[in-house]
Amino acid sequence: MTARAERLTPGRIGMYLILLLAALFFLVPVYLLFATALKSPDAINLATSWHWPAQLNWGSFRDAWDKIGGNLGNSLFLAVVSTLFAAVLGSLNGYALSKWKFRGANTLFALMLFGMFIPYQAVLIPLFQFIKSLGLYGSIWGLILAHMVYGLPITTLIFRNFYADVPDALVEAATIDGAGFWQIYQQVIFPISIPGFVVVIIWEFTQVWNEFLFAATLTNTNSQPVTYALSQLAGGQAVSWNLPMAGAILAALPTLLVYILLGRYFVRGLLAGSVKG
Amino acid sequence: MKGLSKDRLWAIIVLLPSIILLGIFVYGFIGRTVYVSLTDWGNDPAQAMALHPVIKFVGLDNYKELFSGFLQSRFRQELVSTIFFTVFFILGCLGAGLGLALILDRNPKGEGLWRTIFLFPMSLSFIVTGTIWRWMLQPQGGLNMAPTVLGGQPATFGWMSSTDAIWKFDWNKLPLLTASVVGLVLAWVAFGAFRRAERTRAVVAAICAALLLGWALFVGPNLHLLAAPELHGFNLALIGIIIAAVWQMSGYTMALYLAGLRGIPEELREAAQVDGATQTQMYRSVIFPLLAPISLSAMIILGHISLKIFDLVYAMSGPDNTFTSVPALNMYLTSFRQNQFAMGAAIGTILLILVAFVIVPYLSSQFRTQEGHA
Repeated sequence: MTARAERLTPGRIGMYLILLLAALFFLVPVYLLFATALKSPDAINLATSWHWPAQLNWGSFRDAWDKIGGNLGNSLFLAVVSTLFAAVLGSLNGYALSKWKFRGANTLFALMLFGMFIPYQAVLIPLFQFIKSLGLYGSIWGLILAHMVYGLPITTLIFRNFYADVPDALVEAATIDGAGFWQIYQQVIFPISIPGFVVVIIWEFTQVWNEFLFAATLTNTNSQPVTYALSQLAGGQAVSWNLPMAGAILAALPTLLVYILLGRYFVRGLLAGSVKG
Repeated sequence: MKGLSKDRLWAIIVLLPSIILLGIFVYGFIGRTVYVSLTDWGNDPAQAMALHPVIKFVGLDNYKELFSGFLQSRFRQELVSTIFFTVFFILGCLGAGLGLALILDRNPKGEGLWRTIFLFPMSLSFIVTGTIWRWMLQPQGGLNMAPTVLGGQPATFGWMSSTDAIWKFDWNKLPLLTASVVGLVLAWVAFGAFRRAERTRAVVAAICAALLLGWALFVGPNLHLLAAPELHGFNLALIGIIIAAVWQMSGYTMALYLAGLRGIPEELREAAQVDGATQTQMYRSVIFPLLAPISLSAMIILGHISLKIFDLVYAMSGPDNTFTSVPALNMYLTSFRQNQFAMGAAIGTILLILVAFVIVPYLSSQFRTQEGHA
C-alpha cells in the first residue's frame, strides 16, 4: 500500500495544504522566538515584531547565560540525580510487581499510581514543612527528594508494563536452575532492560527539567532550577524581550535535543503515561 | 501462586522503600493537608510564621468562606474559569489531535518530519511555552500584528489583558445548575441502562436523578449562598492561554490517536471496503468506534492536567491577573505569599477532589479489566 508511487489527486493536495497550515501553527511561535532573541534591545518594537533582525545579536544568549547559566547547572544536576534514583527504584519495583506477583499486588500498584495524578497542590504545604524539618529547605537535595518520590509511580508503571512483555517462562526456567530473586534480575531481567531504561530516563528527565511548582516552593536563589529563573526573567516588566526569549531557547534546548534525537523513545514514554501503554 | 517463598519476600522488601515513601508523600501528606484545611492556621497573619503557631480546629469554615465568603469571589471565578478552560482545552486537543492523526494515517510524504513538528512542544516546559506565547499575544504585537505581514490591519483583541466575560451566571444559582446537570446526566445513564436491561443500575440511577432533579425544582431556587447576586462567566482573557495549551498538548492526542489507528488491522478496513462501504461510512462505523476508548483515556489525562495547570498561567499572565487565574495558582499564592496555610490547604483539597472524580474511576476500571489476564 505505502510503497506505491504517489498520485497527486485534489484530495492529496488538500491534505498537504492542511499539513502545511498545521505546521505553520506549530512553527510560527518558534520563528518569533528566534527573531526576537536575535534582536538587540533597541531593535525590539512591537510593531515590527515579525521582521527578521537586520543585525543578528548573538549577545542575547551570552546575557541570558549570565543570568540563568547557574540555574541551568542546577536543573541538570537535579534532573540527572533524581532521574537515576527514580529509574533504578522503578526498575526493581516493576520487576517485583510483574514477575513476583503476590496477593494484592495490583491494588498496591493502583495505590502507587494514584500518586502520579494528584494535584501537587494537595501535598504542597506538608511537603514544604517536611523538607524544612529535614533541614533541606533551599537546598537542591530537598527538591531531588521530592522529584524522586513523585517520579516513582511513572517509572514503576513503565517498567512494570515493559517487564510484563518478558515471557514468564524465562523466569520459570531460571527458577528451576536454582536462581533466586536477585540472580534472575541480574542475569535475565536487567540485561534486556536497556530500552526500558532509555524510555524511563528520557521521560523522567524531561518531566523534572520542565517542572515548576516544586521549584518555586522548595528552593531559594542558590538552588533554583531554570524554569523558575526563566519565569522571573520573563516576568520582570523592565527587562528587554530578547533576554527571556534567548533564555527560553537555552532552557528548552536540552529536552528538545533529547526529543529530536531520541523521539521514538520519548513517544513511548508519552504513551505509557496513559496507564496501559 | 506459591506461598510466601524467600523470593516473594524479597519482592516485598524491594518494594518496601517505595511503599513507605509514597505512603508518606502521597497519602500522609494528603491527610495532613485535609487536616490543615480544617484549622485556622494562617488566617491570623501574626500566627502564620510563628515558631509554635496557635492553631485552632474550625471545621469546614474555610470551605464555607471559599464558596460563600465576601472576600473569596476570586476563588469562585477561578473555579468557573478552570471548568471552562478544561472543556475548551480538551475539545481543542481532541479535535486537533484527531485531525492530524487521521491525515498522518494516510501516509503523506515525510510523515516522520510532520510528526516531529506537531509533537515537539510536548518536550517543552509550560514555562517556556508561556514565555513564548506571552510575547506572541502582546496586545500591540505578535499575533495581533500578523495581518500586517500580509498588508492587512492589525487586530485589536487584548488577549490576556481582556477583562470581558461571556456566559455569565449568578453564583447563587450554582447548586441549582449543578444539580440539574448531574440529574439529567444520571437520567440519561438510567435510560441507557434500562435499554440494556441492567435493572439495578437503571433503578439506582433513576432514583438519584429523581432526587437531584426534585431538589433542583423545589429546594434549589430558595437557596442563597451569597447575600447579593455575584456574576461569574467565561473570561475572554483565557482564550490566549487555551490556545497556548492546545499548541503544547495537541501533539499528545495526535500520538495517542495515531497509535490507535496503527493498531487497527488492515483486514478490517479491507473487509469494510469489500462490503462496499464508502470512506465516510468506514470511518463512522469502523474506525471511530475503535478510537472511542482512546478518546476517553485522552480526556481523562488531559482533564487532570488541565485542572492542575498553573505554570502556564503563571508564565503567560503573571501571578496577579485575576482574569486568567485558576485555583491551582491561587493555592500557591495563598499559601506561600500570604502564608494563609489553612485556606491554601482547603483550595488544594478541592483540587484533589476534582481530580479524584476524574482519575479514581479511571484507575479502578483499568485494573478491573487487567485483573483478568494478570
